[in-house]
Amino acid sequence: MTPTPQFLGRNMFDLDDYSREEIMYILEAAKGMKEINLREYKKIPTLRGKTICTLFIENSTRTRMSFELAANRLSADVVSFQASISALQKGESLQDTVYTLDAMGIDLYCIRHSSPGSPQLVHKHSGKPVINGGDGRHAHPTQALLDIFSIWEKLGDLKGLKITIVGDILNSRVVRSNLIGMQKLGAKVTVCGPKTLMPGNMESVYGCKVEYDLARALKDADVVMGLRMQLERMTEGLFPSLEEYSKHYVLSKDTLKYAKRHALIMHPGPMNRGVEILPEIADSSQSVIVEQVANGVAVRMALMFLILGGKA
Amino acid sequence: MKIYIKNANIYQNGKLKKSEILIDRKKIVKIGTKLNASAEKIIDAQGACVFPGFIDLHVHLRDPGHTYKEDIVTGTKAAAHGGFTAVCCMPNTEPVTDNIASVEYIQLRAKEHGSAKVYVIGAITKGSKGEEISEMATMKNGGIVAVSDDGKCVQNARLMLACMKYASNFDIPLIIHAEDYALAGKGQIHSGKICTQLGFSGLPALAEEVIIARDIMLAESSGARLHIAHISTAKSLELVSQAKQKGLPVTCEVTPHHLVLNEEAVLGFDTNTKMKPPLRSEKDRLACVEALKNGLIDCIATDHAPHADFEKEKEFDHAPFGIIGLETAFPVLYKQLVLSGQLSLERLVEAFSSAPAKVLGLPGGSLDEGKAADLTIIDLNKETLFSPENILSKSKNTPWLNHSLPGRVMWTICNGNISYQDFQNE
Repeated sequence: MTPTPQFLGRNMFDLDDYSREEIMYILEAAKGMKEINLREYKKIPTLRGKTICTLFIENSTRTRMSFELAANRLSADVVSFQASISALQKGESLQDTVYTLDAMGIDLYCIRHSSPGSPQLVHKHSGKPVINGGDGRHAHPTQALLDIFSIWEKLGDLKGLKITIVGDILNSRVVRSNLIGMQKLGAKVTVCGPKTLMPGNMESVYGCKVEYDLARALKDADVVMGLRMQLERMTEGLFPSLEEYSKHYVLSKDTLKYAKRHALIMHPGPMNRGVEILPEIADSSQSVIVEQVANGVAVRMALMFLILGGKA
Repeated sequence: MKIYIKNANIYQNGKLKKSEILIDRKKIVKIGTKLNASAEKIIDAQGACVFPGFIDLHVHLRDPGHTYKEDIVTGTKAAAHGGFTAVCCMPNTEPVTDNIASVEYIQLRAKEHGSAKVYVIGAITKGSKGEEISEMATMKNGGIVAVSDDGKCVQNARLMLACMKYASNFDIPLIIHAEDYALAGKGQIHSGKICTQLGFSGLPALAEEVIIARDIMLAESSGARLHIAHISTAKSLELVSQAKQKGLPVTCEVTPHHLVLNEEAVLGFDTNTKMKPPLRSEKDRLACVEALKNGLIDCIATDHAPHADFEKEKEFDHAPFGIIGLETAFPVLYKQLVLSGQLSLERLVEAFSSAPAKVLGLPGGSLDEGKAADLTIIDLNKETLFSPENILSKSKNTPWLNHSLPGRVMWTICNGNISYQDFQNE
């Protein structure tokens, strides 16, 4: 595997900057990385001497760990910057934080931030490549890549697959990046959730299908993805109770009968068992939810490898 | 000082005519051909246009309180550079301009150090908090031309009704920034396609429209004189159209940015595309252009809102709302609307001069013998590069930073004094 020049030094803000072929190339690279992760000694020297910074301005243990593990397994040095937004607002600006970090010789940033467009800002002030680990409700391209990888691994080519994503579409960056990526690879995506949690113009912006009724949304689906339903949406007045939400939108044996028989079950985590998904589905043989996590490390390794031009 | 302007195309009654102007003791004394006058200062306009000095009903001079963003000196210098000879300043200063002492401070500073006439707008409510009526009658006696809580919006309809009754009692126009807080929420950009795509909280058109609908009804009931600031949606225009058809004393203004930019400008996350109201859909923009053309929109106002670099150089949703506009207003619209054939030069100049004067009953707005010598000389064939060095405002927060635009202001004369002159003329 030789790093190809079209990835070297590039940013991963979102999947819209990447062609179908480039996404496939990343998936192939991730496949190689996954093999490494299954070895007894899970480490290759390819990024030795490179420094990767995980800049997490929004709390996320799981994604940060995944990025850091990926960097470690490629033998890069990892530094971690964590701050709550409030702390950052009180003191140093993001701009100054980046100047400070940059002075320490960072080669690649992986950023998570509550504000859309922050990865672009980090790149603007550092001049270094940036991988977006989630910016507000905007984008989460590495999650989309690992979701796509998980589907591709199980079902092969995504072309023509019907993928249904159910839940709080409004607040989901996972959906937005997945819509771009999955549809680029030829899948047909339907999004489903209550109207209060559905952004306007979804059809015209993404070319996807919008359904408010779960049975109709799940009809003949090859892949079903649930999204985390957050309790605070209730206090925002967007739906009345978790119970009522669950009654209409839970993924269960009962509701999944509308989907294809062996439809793949996915969830980006963390799950609210009993709210958006029942254990009978989350833990079923159709579910790839745990594998998604493993694939996340592989996909992030592949991206770091390609962007920093690691040596095979 | 006597100023003799020769070789100019003078704009009078909607027409450009080759003629000359003689200014003496703050007034235009003669307009005609071959005046052969003697003067201390002779300006050879080299065929440039002489327009009435522009009037801006909506600027934020940030003085007192936020003088790191702008002050009366730099703000009026920027005005003169943009061809403006008069500006109305909004009261969201620190402290808020809600009392006679604050009004007099601005008037005094402007008179002594300003490069343009400054008309003060007082607050509608004390501290613009939307809780109690300000001492607007006292401020009116002190010379304010209107009241506004701009940047904020009185949410309580009962209080707003009282403010309108009180203002109409003393013949004070109200200027409203229409924004329903609950609907606006933590919105960052227009609730539309781009908002869906970028995942921001949205500022729905409805947040503007429901307040405009409410305030038109309150104005009808109270007899208040209502001016709607920075109108931005097609539906808002429909509401104003209905009000005007009824014969209600309702007027409105539009900003240059809402006339030439739409929500798509936000795609690059440039915080200089973040303002309130937000850049709307293309449909809304086109409705604004049409309404400016047919007179439904009365005039153009810049909503000049300076913010320092360190404030704007932030994550998009942490950056403040607003952009500067005094210097780029005419060039941007001349290029995008006049040169593209969508708007006549005549209407553009009117919307910058006589129309805003009419809205608030201000002097000026036309070139006539015996009137104050407020004018600007613009070379339509020359461009200005809006680099940080060339922008006279203290802040540089404009989406047209480093753009070169036609319609270069060569001289501005305010009250018979040269308030701006291009370095090429020095």
